[in-house]
Amino acid sequence: MTMSPTTAEPVETIRLRVNGVTHEAQVPPRRLLSDALRHDLGLTGTHVGCEHGVCGACTILVDGQPMRSCLMFAVSAQDYELTTVEGLTRPDGSLGPVQQAFKDCHGLQCGFCTPGFITTITAGIAENPDPDRAEARDMISGNLCRCTGYQNIVASVLRAAEIQREDAQNGDGEEQGR
Amino acid sequence: MKPAAFTFQRPTELSEALAAYAANPGAKILAGGQSLIPLMSMRLTTVSELIDINGIGELSFIEASEAGVRFGALARHAELHAHEEARRVQPMLHAALSHVAHATIRNRGTTVGSIVHADASGEMPVVLTLLGGTLTVASTEGRREIAADDLFIGPLETALESGEIAVEAFVPALPARHGIAFDEIARRHGDYALCGLGVVLGLTEDGGIESVRAGYISVTETPIVVDLTECFPDGIDASSLVAAGEKALEQLEPEGDIHASAEYRAQLARTLTARVITAAHADAKARLFQEVTA
Ligand SMILES: Cc1cc2nc3c(=O)[nH]c(=O)nc-3n(C[C@H](O)[C@H](O)[C@H](O)COP(=O)(O)OP(=O)(O)OC[C@H]3O[C@@H](n4cnc5c(N)ncnc54)[C@H](O)[C@@H]3O)c2cc1C
Ligand code: FES
Ligand code: FES
Repeated sequence: MTMSPTTAEPVETIRLRVNGVTHEAQVPPRRLLSDALRHDLGLTGTHVGCEHGVCGACTILVDGQPMRSCLMFAVSAQDYELTTVEGLTRPDGSLGPVQQAFKDCHGLQCGFCTPGFITTITAGIAENPDPDRAEARDMISGNLCRCTGYQNIVASVLRAAEIQREDAQNGDGEEQGR
Repeated sequence: MKPAAFTFQRPTELSEALAAYAANPGAKILAGGQSLIPLMSMRLTTVSELIDINGIGELSFIEASEAGVRFGALARHAELHAHEEARRVQPMLHAALSHVAHATIRNRGTTVGSIVHADASGEMPVVLTLLGGTLTVASTEGRREIAADDLFIGPLETALESGEIAVEAFVPALPARHGIAFDEIARRHGDYALCGLGVVLGLTEDGGIESVRAGYISVTETPIVVDLTECFPDGIDASSLVAAGEKALEQLEPEGDIHASAEYRAQLARTLTARVITAAHADAKARLFQEVTA
């Protein structure tokens, strides 16, 4: 059994598929997935707010579905395709539809909550490509933002859905990273 | 805000998990983790060994038949909520699950896990009790079925013995001439309710009131179901609804905390009792109409 050099506790070698790339890391079983992404893999796009499931900042996509990365252990996450905010750009590295919409609509201020909103909305508009305002509010009801007052985030949901529909019409919807 | 160290196992067969649990009764089962991981992170609980059951494929199923709905320990809240056949057979599942946490939490949390967690503020323990459901548990000794009435023995405490893993739950179908409703008041949608209830209401063949049963959340220490039938000898009107609220309160123990005073919770119980019975009555009449015209 390997021991961690810093905490002298047993570690396991795990494989995580994140944004289409397989990473290997040595982690103790208690490593939260959010910490594994940030500390072990250096993917600091995923933010950590409350660390007990309430704020939504750490939301990532697990096989395409939004889940709290602070409420999973990294050792439990090896069977899934994980997508973080870094994986939601277009293949050429430019902003993906939801990211572009947040820019267009000024959907962020400090940006701390934003990664969790981007991932949640990406899954939301995949399921409902044409939400109305009430559906947009419902989509983001599990995420907290302390800056914006949400109005511009709701506008961003509607704009993101619009961009996604335009993409689909132009036939390049499929290329976007998952 | 980080869990204390523990050892970890991730069996892919139920028999392996049961053997591991039998070998270390101090271990804990990890299902969706949506209650357990926050408790561990806040160090409200420490665990020497975790047995993660998420790799056990056979626990991941939902079966709806005319008898009722059976769902495995890995059926996620979101899957049960979205299951059309389950909704048709027993509509209370969908109605109550709409109030369980946020969609993101429902994607990972399991309904069986929330039943076993036995939080009197959780929707699904009381739904199991209200519907007269059962939980099936397994150990290396074999399987046994526990009726909801015998399952919840204290706050966050069930009749499961150490070494037992809950493998599936069953709720019977909604009988003919019955209707349901569920509603609650929470500070934010998706938060635990300050008070809430589900009602199952039965009609007689000529449309009178045959039975009214209500299950309450967040106003007692364990899931509670109150029979309110006697409040409606002559059907449902404003005064019988008030009487039902008072009758229910005789058996509830609303307590004050930072979110709501005891008096406010009691007032919510009165208001919601009237509202939800009215909705269940409308639902029963609509279903009866469908049954008659079908
Ligand atoms: C922000 C937030 C809001 C929430 N709001 C609500 C809400 O409004 N209503 C509500 O009802 N819930 C709410 N929840 C909790 C959620 O519903 C959980 O999913 C559920 O309570 C527990 O299910 P789980 O699968 O996540 O279980 P876990 O967290 O994995 O386990 C919970 C407990 O049950 C035991 N356990 C689980 N499965 C089994 C099994 N098969 N056999 C034996 N033991 C088992 C575990 O050992 C542990 O002690 C919320 C959670 C969060 C983070
Ligand atoms: S950090 Fe995970 S929900 Fe707040
Ligand atoms: S932009 Fe600051 S918290 Fe949302």
